[in-house]
Amino acid sequence: MEDIKAHRSPLALQRTVAERTIGHVQAESRTTRLQIANFSFYYGAFEALRDISMEIRDRQITAIIGPSGCGKSTLLRSINRMHDDTPGARGKGMIAIDGTNIYAHDADPIMLRRRIGMVFQRPNPFAKSIFDNVAYGLRVLGWRDRNAIAERVEQSLRKAAIWDEVKDRLKSSALGLSGGQQQRVCIARAIAPQPEIVLMDEPCSALDPIATLKVEDAMLELRRDYTVVIVTHNMEQAGRVSDDTAFMLMDSQTRAGLLVEFGATGNIFTNPKDQRTEDYISGRFG
Amino acid sequence: MPQDTQQLTTWQYIQRRTQHGDVFFWFITLSFALAVVGLVAVIGFVIWNGSELARERFGLSALFQDGWNPIRGNFGALPAVYGTLVSSMIALCLAGPFGVLIGVFLTELCPQWLKTPLSFFVELLAAIPSVVYGLWGVFVFAPFFRDHVAIPLANSVGQVFPLLGGTVTAGRSLMVTGIILAIMILPTIAAISRDVIAVVPNHQREAMLAVGATRWEVIWKAVLPYARAGIIGGMMLGLGRALGETMAALMIVGGQKSRVPESLLEPGITAAALIASELPNANDFLHESMLIFMAFVLFGITLILNGIARMLVWYSARGPVGSIRA
Repeated sequence: MEDIKAHRSPLALQRTVAERTIGHVQAESRTTRLQIANFSFYYGAFEALRDISMEIRDRQITAIIGPSGCGKSTLLRSINRMHDDTPGARGKGMIAIDGTNIYAHDADPIMLRRRIGMVFQRPNPFAKSIFDNVAYGLRVLGWRDRNAIAERVEQSLRKAAIWDEVKDRLKSSALGLSGGQQQRVCIARAIAPQPEIVLMDEPCSALDPIATLKVEDAMLELRRDYTVVIVTHNMEQAGRVSDDTAFMLMDSQTRAGLLVEFGATGNIFTNPKDQRTEDYISGRFG
Repeated sequence: MPQDTQQLTTWQYIQRRTQHGDVFFWFITLSFALAVVGLVAVIGFVIWNGSELARERFGLSALFQDGWNPIRGNFGALPAVYGTLVSSMIALCLAGPFGVLIGVFLTELCPQWLKTPLSFFVELLAAIPSVVYGLWGVFVFAPFFRDHVAIPLANSVGQVFPLLGGTVTAGRSLMVTGIILAIMILPTIAAISRDVIAVVPNHQREAMLAVGATRWEVIWKAVLPYARAGIIGGMMLGLGRALGETMAALMIVGGQKSRVPESLLEPGITAAALIASELPNANDFLHESMLIFMAFVLFGITLILNGIARMLVWYSARGPVGSIRA
């Protein structure tokens, strides 16, 4: 984690601080986009999440941090129902986007996923050209107009802070890119259909520090238009990019994931209310 | 210094001990691999040599001539070449999509409790001896096919398309042979499809799901393209089996050796069936040599089709690094 700090230029640090400050000023006017209320999640009989409640604000970056196995990814993947096909997996309680419960009986997971973009831990581009990768979501939505697709692809690649690196080779395979570039192409793919929420599951864990910084730049760029939820192992990263932070822990007896503390990132990191948060932040365990 | 020397000799000892092991292992695996090349070469040489008489007398033109009549010394092999290609293609066209869809169902859609029994049945299909398929084909399937498919087909569509017309007499025909061959190669294609689809990494499915794809789109646009090379490989294995299948083909194909049938619903002959049926009666050298020539031709067809399949995989699946190849 020290490495990442060392690689960050002072200028970039300042900019991050500036962004953060703007974030907190804007924060007052941001409304709740995603509401999680008394949400529990089960794999068969095993309780993976217990009674989680938090409110994720519009056009903010919310980080979910915590040690391995605390249910961060499970919570994130519950937001776009990626667990639907896992046998025995089910959620209880409510996750609502703009007040509509996505776990309601008549809710359609496929429509839901079209409104939510997701970026995975390992970069997972399709074995297709860079252009086609980004255009995929659009084509799934039924876009046919070539010019409109091309325009949106460029716009998405710019947003993902990768346009300048790939603009001359859009037709070449996305698998020929480096890991960091692939991940940003995946971000572009996730945001191309202009989803309302972008979920990121440890998007930088497979990347080197420089690539990590570039992906973080992309996140800050996304924040202008999108509500971003990111799961991360990396506390510095949460500190650098997020506006709100949720700290989760695994219940030592039942191994269920619990939400320990949720609040503005500044408060969580400098003035945690819960002793366990403070222990984790200061590196005393986890 | 003495310690150094001692340490050095220890290392040298270890090095000496292990270095030969690797060379030895390399040599064994290499010789086994070369044995395969040697086998192909020996078989190729034998059939090339044995068919010399026929090749000199007729040359390749025999492959494009009608009229197989050993008594008169006529050896036109076109009916056999045609029958081999046509029956195998029918088999591949039927069993290909069918087998891939079985593979898709088993890996992507099948409920857990059904998976093992269903896989078992697919593999059971592969375990049935070909003579049993032949018997079933002759006594059950061929009469059924003649009465309920071939005759109505010949009387309706067959009036316009001669390929499906003609006079349907016995149940035996190239079409029935193709269908039986399809059933025989189905388990090969299904099992290989299932295996290559099962190893498509989950992140490809998730990437597709996350952009809001339906299950169908996930399978059609993410899973199958990724597994394409392996699926084509499985089809080629199946095709190889269909081309060389002897017993079932011999029992069902009808043994019409003298001319190329105008219709798929008429009896025909395949190269493998021709060889098997004539071998006991091949009393003169020319006849024998001609049969070996047919073996050579069959060998050549298999080789060419496999080459085409390789190229297909090579050109169509150019991009995917890390996709499955068979």
